[in-house]
Amino acid sequence: MANTQSMTTSFMGELLTATHNFGTAPIRAVSTADTFRAALYLVSATINASTTVYSSTGEVTGTGYSAGGIVVTNATPPTATNASATAGVAFFTPSASLTYTSVTLTTAFDAVLIYNASQSNKAVSVHTFGSQTITAGTFTLTMPANTTTTALLRLATT
Amino acid sequence: MALVTTTKGDMDESLLVKQEGTVDNDNELTTWVEYWLDGELVHRSAHVTLKKMPSFAGGEAASF
Repeated sequence: MANTQSMTTSFMGELLTATHNFGTAPIRAVSTADTFRAALYLVSATINASTTVYSSTGEVTGTGYSAGGIVVTNATPPTATNASATAGVAFFTPSASLTYTSVTLTTAFDAVLIYNASQSNKAVSVHTFGSQTITAGTFTLTMPANTTTTALLRLATT
Repeated sequence: MALVTTTKGDMDESLLVKQEGTVDNDNELTTWVEYWLDGELVHRSAHVTLKKMPSFAGGEAASF
């Protein structure tokens, strides 16, 4: 047997469920999963890794779309998997597509912001795609497979 | 008879000009459909399947 230096895979998975706190954390009234939302942003907007919180600035507007976007379906909890003594992945993917039904969004948009509506709308991730407009139609964002290599959110050690 | 939701209400698909397209690259697979009436876009829907996720830097535990 031998010891091997690594950040533990279980720790990474527990980061996704707010188990550890090295600083000052919000007080949680419940232990259930938070509510996450998905908002669409115009091509002209600037959302990226420095985005800290949801903002309506640069968000799409149009018939059938409400500011703040839609709720992300979250039926599958995060998973943490070891690949070796030093490598592991914690990952999470929403359990359903993001579907904006019966909308008209005539100004081009190319990004979606996932944010935590239960924690002061704090930002989680930004995902971009080719520029789109929608006219009296439906915009659907289908999630990637929930695996160690393709999940929507992945934390990994190598 | 298929009905299409349009800016002018539900319309019979046979009255409209249909255009479809696909974008397939490393980041996404996207399909879209448009319906036109007398040169006017009256319906457009799109379906984006995300493939490539943002890269998250690998975590490490420091050596002593």
